[in-house]
Amino acid sequence: MSTLHLAILLPFIFVVIIPLLYKYTRAIHTGWIALLVPVTLFVYFLQYFSISKAIEPVIVSVPWISSIGLEFTLYLDSLSLLFALLITGIGTLVVLYSIFYLSKDRERLNHFYTYLMLFMGAMLGSVLADNLLLLYSFWELTSVSSFLLIAYWYQRKRSRYGAQKSMFITMTGGFSMLLGFIILYVATGTFSIREIITMGDALTSHALFIPAMFFILLGAFTKSAQFPFHIWLPDAMEAPTPISAYLHSATMVKAGVYLVARLTPIFGAQLEWSWTIIIVGIITLAMGSFNALKQYDLKALLAYSTISQLGLIMSLLGVGSLSLNANYAPYSEYFVAAFVAAIFHLINHSVFKGSLFMMVGILDHETGTRDIRKLGGIMHLMPISFTFTMIGAFSMAGLPPFGGFISKEMFFTSVLTLAEHSNAWITLIPILAWIASIFTFIYCMIIIFKSFTGTYHADRLEQKPHEAPFGMLVSPAILSLLAIALFFFPGLVDTSIIEPTVKEMAAQSPALIADPNWHFHISAWHGINLELFMTIGIIIIGTLLYLGIERWKTPVFDLVPRRLNLFTLYDKAIIGMEKAATRITKSYMTGSTTHYLSYIFAFLIIAVLATLIGTGSFVLDTSQDSPIEWYELMLGIATVIAAVFILFSTSRLMSIMGVGVIGFTISLFFVIFRAPDLALTQLVVETISTALFLLCFYFLPKMKASIESIRFKFTNAIIAIGVGLTFTLMGLSAYGHRLFEPIAEYFTNSYELAGAKNIVNAILVDFRAFDTMLEIVVLFSAGIGIYTYIKLRYAGRNE
Amino acid sequence: MKFTDVYLQTATKILVFMIMTFSIYVLFAGHNNPGGGFIGGLITASALVLLYIAFDLQTVQEVIPVDYKKLAATGVIVSVLTGVGSLVLDVPFLSQTFKYVELPFLGKTELTTAMIFDLGVYMCVVGTTMTIITSISEDDI
Repeated sequence: MSTLHLAILLPFIFVVIIPLLYKYTRAIHTGWIALLVPVTLFVYFLQYFSISKAIEPVIVSVPWISSIGLEFTLYLDSLSLLFALLITGIGTLVVLYSIFYLSKDRERLNHFYTYLMLFMGAMLGSVLADNLLLLYSFWELTSVSSFLLIAYWYQRKRSRYGAQKSMFITMTGGFSMLLGFIILYVATGTFSIREIITMGDALTSHALFIPAMFFILLGAFTKSAQFPFHIWLPDAMEAPTPISAYLHSATMVKAGVYLVARLTPIFGAQLEWSWTIIIVGIITLAMGSFNALKQYDLKALLAYSTISQLGLIMSLLGVGSLSLNANYAPYSEYFVAAFVAAIFHLINHSVFKGSLFMMVGILDHETGTRDIRKLGGIMHLMPISFTFTMIGAFSMAGLPPFGGFISKEMFFTSVLTLAEHSNAWITLIPILAWIASIFTFIYCMIIIFKSFTGTYHADRLEQKPHEAPFGMLVSPAILSLLAIALFFFPGLVDTSIIEPTVKEMAAQSPALIADPNWHFHISAWHGINLELFMTIGIIIIGTLLYLGIERWKTPVFDLVPRRLNLFTLYDKAIIGMEKAATRITKSYMTGSTTHYLSYIFAFLIIAVLATLIGTGSFVLDTSQDSPIEWYELMLGIATVIAAVFILFSTSRLMSIMGVGVIGFTISLFFVIFRAPDLALTQLVVETISTALFLLCFYFLPKMKASIESIRFKFTNAIIAIGVGLTFTLMGLSAYGHRLFEPIAEYFTNSYELAGAKNIVNAILVDFRAFDTMLEIVVLFSAGIGIYTYIKLRYAGRNE
Repeated sequence: MKFTDVYLQTATKILVFMIMTFSIYVLFAGHNNPGGGFIGGLITASALVLLYIAFDLQTVQEVIPVDYKKLAATGVIVSVLTGVGSLVLDVPFLSQTFKYVELPFLGKTELTTAMIFDLGVYMCVVGTTMTIITSISEDDI
């Protein structure tokens, strides 16, 4: 257990503390308590950060479930550190912002911050885990917690719909990713990313290597809202705005980017990897920016812009991975620069998108609407908000003097290099990228000018707009400052974060092998080149298109056929699935216990008998058995008599007594075979279950004379005989086989190992304590299940 | 269902204490003799069931004001926490340990973490069994 482990556990500890404290701390906003977590963690991670030099990778491990290869191994290098700083840094700002955004009196803040802490911990775990299974566990936990956060206002139908959609899509991807991880494990024998990277050819020559790659990519693409899985992100905008600012700009959607970056050393040299990511990324970039123009809701606009920006980062990672490919060895150095651009843009995007989401939240909070058709002319009423929005949007549009400008220029350089060294068709990519950037420029202008300038319509707004409170402006102010600082001082993250990250991702590239001291200097001014002219072109064409937007918007968007809409497709698939599921369920869930029991028993008979006969494992070997004594025989006969008696009894009470007789005879068997623990348990269980039976029968209607059909009786008889036969055969065969060394020897040492003279008890509470723990959890759930079944039966109907 | 049976009630008053005492003995003896949390819990539950049969629900509820759901939940939490405790000490989840110590009056006694775990099992078993039985019997058609 190291401090790094504690750092990950801290948010989870607060998941428990916040609801407990909530009752007693109603006077203060819960956000102040929650704020402790990201601040502490941010300071903690900051101690690893130094502007002038790279971090020494830290690896710490705690054994967890070693038998399935799951170790709590954490690995902190510059890539993880970058994400950890983003998660905790933006997390701090978001929590601070939310304190002013969410009302203390109206909202269920304990729920909000509990979910948020859960998410933060899961996210930190995902980016710090070295073990793939651990990564997967945290990954799915981010899906679950983001589901809770999106559905925070669960009274709204749209929130529930959006939450379900996001969970559905990201979890589908998650499962596929798990499949990929398992293939990696089969091929390499380890779940550790560190170790898999060192495998090299042994892994790449594996038959399932390429399928594993696609399975994992599917996970990354669904999480990062890449085409065609982007459809969940616009609906996820139903979440409260601080959540959108956190999840959908800086953290959750970046998890896919993180995964791709993290696994680049493993898969990067494959052309399939590079081109899949490049093409999906570019399509996402173009499609996202185009669709953003259509939106009237500022938040929906930002959602599409996030999709598009993530596509940009993804495509850069794809271009960068070409540097690892032997076919592109001579240009390797140029492609490495794409990695630099990717990481730098990732930082920029988190900064300006976080700020923009917060500004939209402020607009919504102060004017009561996010619709650009209603907003307008409030620049003089909210001058500070206007300034921050402008900084964020200009940075996103790629204008100087903001960080976004540099990374956008570097993006152009990368796609131009790509086109230069590939065949003619690839020239389409820089063109597509350039067109997408024009759209990006236009929607950035829409954000600023449609909402702040123009004519002011007081009647269209729900409340009189005024400048936001100070506390709400602090977070966007810090982010705006960062957006400017990243332009003038890219050295802040240059040698400390970007260079070591890129070096690790491209460690196997020909360029870095040739020159281990490779250094890339990020600077704001690249000289007069094609990239600069592209930016100037964007500004001129973008401005012209923006001015005439009302004239071309409707005709252009009508060109896209409605039937091809992925959103309708998803809805239809969901409805179809629900209908099919209902039909299947209704066909066998009849509500009759008799039916359910016959399903269970029939399955048992088929499964066990088929295995017994199919594998030819039935043996009858009585040579080792001791002779049957007369008292054992008597007990056996008593059991049979009681069983036959139940068959012909006409009242429930008699049946219960018959069952009781069988139970008590069995406990006598335990006594004979010297198992006092079992005998004792059997006796007490028998007593209590008899009482329980009697209690239940009090509620049942009088037992009718048997009027069941012959067929019904016949089926039951077959099932009953089948179960009896199956178990008898299984018991006899089990005795005839000795496949493994008996483990009994180990347990006989219980006195030395567990300090217990009672082996049964030592097994229950020590050797197999994990089983016992799960058993009592099951027992407890069953109890609570029965309780809710009975107590809350009418609760729903009364409403 | 309310009925009065003087014989049963009188016998129960004495028997319940005996059964309870025995169940506690079984719980603690479990480590070295037949018994343990599961059996102990069931015996306690049977004592409580006897009480409920001899007297009516309200009376027993007044005498023993325990929320069985919470008891069961506490049991599960205790058991899980003993497992978490071993994590804090940097050993695998649910590792148990034991030690012999000299206690006043009791002499040389064996103390084990497994005992705490078993106590959780005991509480869970009593809580769950009684939750099921009371919620069914409280129900009216």
